[in-house]
Amino acid sequence: MNKKILGLLNKNARYTVDELATMTGLTADTVCEEIKCLEQAGLIRGYKAVIDWEKLDTAYVSALIELKVTPKAALGFEEVAERITKYNEVESVYLMSGGYDLCVIVKGKTFQQVAMFVAKELSTIDSVISTATHFVLRRYKEMDVELLGTSTDDRGTLSL
Amino acid sequence: MIDYDILLNKSVKDIKPSGIRKFFDIAETMDDVVSLGVGEPDFPTPWNIRHAGIRSLEQSKTRYTSNKGLDLLRVEISNYMKRKYSLSYAPDSDVLVTVGGSEAIDMCIRAIISDGDEVIIPQPSYVCYEPITRLSGGVPVIIETKAENEFKVTAEELTSKITPRTKMLILPYPCNPTGAIMEREDLEKIAEVLKNTNILVLSDEIYSELTFGGKKHVSIASIDGMAERTVVVNGFSKSFSMTGWRLGFACGPKELIKHITKIHQYAIMCAPTTSQFAAIEALKNCDEAVNNMLEEYDARRRIIVKGFNDLGLTCREPKGAFYAFPSIQSTGMTSDEFCEKLLISKRVAIVPGTAFGQGGEGFVRASYCYSVAHISEALKRIGEFLKEIKG
Repeated sequence: MNKKILGLLNKNARYTVDELATMTGLTADTVCEEIKCLEQAGLIRGYKAVIDWEKLDTAYVSALIELKVTPKAALGFEEVAERITKYNEVESVYLMSGGYDLCVIVKGKTFQQVAMFVAKELSTIDSVISTATHFVLRRYKEMDVELLGTSTDDRGTLSL
Repeated sequence: MIDYDILLNKSVKDIKPSGIRKFFDIAETMDDVVSLGVGEPDFPTPWNIRHAGIRSLEQSKTRYTSNKGLDLLRVEISNYMKRKYSLSYAPDSDVLVTVGGSEAIDMCIRAIISDGDEVIIPQPSYVCYEPITRLSGGVPVIIETKAENEFKVTAEELTSKITPRTKMLILPYPCNPTGAIMEREDLEKIAEVLKNTNILVLSDEIYSELTFGGKKHVSIASIDGMAERTVVVNGFSKSFSMTGWRLGFACGPKELIKHITKIHQYAIMCAPTTSQFAAIEALKNCDEAVNNMLEEYDARRRIIVKGFNDLGLTCREPKGAFYAFPSIQSTGMTSDEFCEKLLISKRVAIVPGTAFGQGGEGFVRASYCYSVAHISEALKRIGEFLKEIKG
């Protein structure tokens, strides 16, 4: 598998095939083939923009939900985790070490909507013992991208 | 009335204001320029280095250091030079910490050169060697390196410039603006010419960490018999993206460093203390960060070289530093003309090769210390420009 291509796409998923080919020294055909392999092997699962939602009028809130769960004998946490991933409201699900079991990132239009989702959907799942909801108030950095301010080039135009 | 003309040092008056200044001034007044013009990294200094500087301030490390620099920093510089370039320098006697590589160059030339001494300077190269030589009363002797020699200095060129008055050879590799490097076999030939002379090499290796294609930098001081006749200048600006911290160093024979340190002691006292503490962290814990930056530069380098060649502007593969140096001879314009027209009509700023010596005529310098998107936009505009001038 081509780690160089992965590394470049991880920085910028919008590099064109030609750019990737030039940057890696591979042919465009090889790059296409490699990317197809990475996708088919499930290493690349998708391509998304990093969005600063606060800049938008659209209502957007998200929350981190701590779930304590009773694991099932044979399946452990997999069964409940998989069920939770099915909700459209759920952005991410992680199994955690420490004081609770599953970390669920939930998004919605309003605090109320997210709170109701937790109360009606997550906490009513049989194996869920307890939930704790932490709303995100502000995003400072998202997927390696700093969201505070805009970085300007302060180097001037020309220097020797 | 005071007569400044009589007042001023004649050598200073004789330094011509750089012709490129006017061009720079025009560019600075425009606010919509896509520049490939700067000679410094776009990456911020790695956070752990910045944090080390901050921590030193929190601990009130705000006083002078010893003239030659913090003991711990000189030990790390010595380790670094050993680890990276197989050079042996005693931290106590062979290392001087300076205000950027620039100060190290200044101090070294001042310590060696006096009236009538000749300094051999390969060009195109960075602009400081000639005026500093003149300020010491020295005579710059220029070697115009050739594109067909990949802008390296050859033994024949060097031999032809040596006279009984020659005291110093400046060796600025990896080279700004050409991107040339000198490999071991190239350096061995230079060493062969110098070995029975009394000529010192001032090796400006500020871009030593930025070499590509698996070619590691080789210092001329590591060639047999050269350590005793070489002062190596290096620094933190380019490798660690620390231009504003102003920190560099000189390493060389203790008999020379001792005297260079005298000038530094009276003129400068010591390099900035905060920067020295930050630099210790840079040398100890930044191999990965430096490598990541190098990989990013390499990707951009490939994009810009292919871009120029696709546009019909022949561009050799630069093996070091972070500049492409394409030929614009096919346009029939001079470098100055090309850059000025490109700036005015397409708002792209690059530097005429002649800013780095007459040998740069026919070439332009484009820095790739910019994002790929930025480089691509500049290349697109240069393409439009070429189409328009062809009519």
